[in-house]
Amino acid sequence: MTTAAHQQPATDKNASTKGAISIRNVTKIYDPKGANVLAVDDCSLEIAPAEVCMIVGPSGCGKTTLLNAIAGFHSITSGQIDLDGEMLCGPDKPLADQGADRVVVFQNGALFPWKTLADNVAYGPIVQGLMNKADAREKAISMLSEAGLSGVADKYPGEVSSGMARRAEIVRALINDPKVLLLDEPYRAMDALTKSIMHESLLEVYDRTRVTIFFITHDLEEAIFLGDRVIVMTTRPARTKKIVEVKINRPRDYRLLSSEEFRILVQETKEAVHEEAVKAFEAGERELA
Amino acid sequence: MSNQGVSGHAPTGFQYFLYKTWKSLKTPMPYLAFAGIGLWLLTYFLLNEYWKIFPFFKIPGPVEVITEWLSRDPIWGTSLFTEDYYINIWVSCRRVIIGFALATVLGVPLGLFMGWSKKFKDYTFPVLETLRPIPILAWVPLAIVMFSGFETPIIYLATLASFFVTALNTMLGVESIDESYFRAAGCLGSKKRHVFINVVVPGSLPFIFTGLQISIGVAWFSLVAAEMISGDYGLGYMIMASYMVNKYTTMVMAMLTLGLVGWITSAMVRAAGNRMMRWRAKALGQGGV
Repeated sequence: MTTAAHQQPATDKNASTKGAISIRNVTKIYDPKGANVLAVDDCSLEIAPAEVCMIVGPSGCGKTTLLNAIAGFHSITSGQIDLDGEMLCGPDKPLADQGADRVVVFQNGALFPWKTLADNVAYGPIVQGLMNKADAREKAISMLSEAGLSGVADKYPGEVSSGMARRAEIVRALINDPKVLLLDEPYRAMDALTKSIMHESLLEVYDRTRVTIFFITHDLEEAIFLGDRVIVMTTRPARTKKIVEVKINRPRDYRLLSSEEFRILVQETKEAVHEEAVKAFEAGERELA
Repeated sequence: MSNQGVSGHAPTGFQYFLYKTWKSLKTPMPYLAFAGIGLWLLTYFLLNEYWKIFPFFKIPGPVEVITEWLSRDPIWGTSLFTEDYYINIWVSCRRVIIGFALATVLGVPLGLFMGWSKKFKDYTFPVLETLRPIPILAWVPLAIVMFSGFETPIIYLATLASFFVTALNTMLGVESIDESYFRAAGCLGSKKRHVFINVVVPGSLPFIFTGLQISIGVAWFSLVAAEMISGDYGLGYMIMASYMVNKYTTMVMAMLTLGLVGWITSAMVRAAGNRMMRWRAKALGQGGV
């Protein structure tokens, strides 16, 4: 493989000016069986370009609803979401178009099981007509090796570990040079050790690409370890309850986890989240999609 | 450029086949299969030829059938060494293959579109669901009225029976595809046709092949029914014709032949499925047999 040659960082083209998300007064009402359920209530949030924005909150609070609205999977009831000043969805257009400028990494992983890792990664540029198959594959293989996955490029997702699959899924997103990476609890089902490896590799990717990251999680340590800001959401209907600024320098590594600074931030966030978790638990409602 | 850097030396091709065969001989599977067949033959023999228990003594016994089957000079005129035995097998096989192929060519696309497009399903599903429960034998008179000769009505019936099964399973296959694959395809910039080719078709293959295995069985079933009612050649005809002239030995021979040929055809469909779904076989293979 001739992978060593492609080492140019993807950061050059002033990456830090793209990927600003502006969420303004977004409300979402679900209407299952005629019973209106307010999932997101008048939620506003400004995310700066190249920010790592972590969203935490109790189960079923409407975090994923927000992500789905940005990605164009679900409509919003009112409000507006902009990406770099252009409206994604708003008053006359409740459902955003789906596009490769906002790529989602899913909770349970959504690599196509019928394609090899290399073909999965090459998929985006091919269907968008940006590259022919051979070029896309070549680039895919080189990006996979950068992520330490050169040995498994020709394997199917079912043949590799979940950690490798998830890393490949992030590569599949990055090959499109997206403005925003939307991650919906991508490491939820992983054990602590795998998780910490995933975190370091995501930070490495971030330091290299400076892509804006919108990351939903339940794991507060994960949120503070990775994020620039942690947005604590209230229980349903979701509003922003508290914003924790994480002013810890990058690049970060796992030694941070045992620092005093880190623990204070976790504690601060935990108190805010716990309060909401209790409310959510007492309400005893089922999670919405 | 294949699996470079992967540890171990996995055998490929014929070597792999030998390895698998060797391994399977170490499991109880083949011996249990032989023991099962042996036990069945023994029971048949005891009931029929040794103890002569009612009503089993009325039918030809295993020794009688096998002797006749292997005889160069069969008492009732048909054995492995006579031409008409093979003509009957060939005629039935040809009809099944034509019927099954037609049903697949028509049923798979219909099912794919039904599963993919809600609107298309709304149009077609009620018709399909009304026609599908009609037993294939109820179609026999209609087939005879519609088509002349022996060949066309028989193939028509086999096609029809197999078509319903294939279409329905394919539709269920599309509906079984996890929503996140559609979403992933969407946010990677796919157009509708890309989604169809890269998600709908491969994602429904497991169900399609389950359907095809059932549908080839159904094709045999309806073919034989049709041949027994109106036919000139074929295994179904052979059964009926031998019955009419009290050649019960030949009749049982035809029945067993039908069983064997049916088994072989569905094994062929299964093998084709495994070939087209290597991703699945490999993922399942990770479980380690």
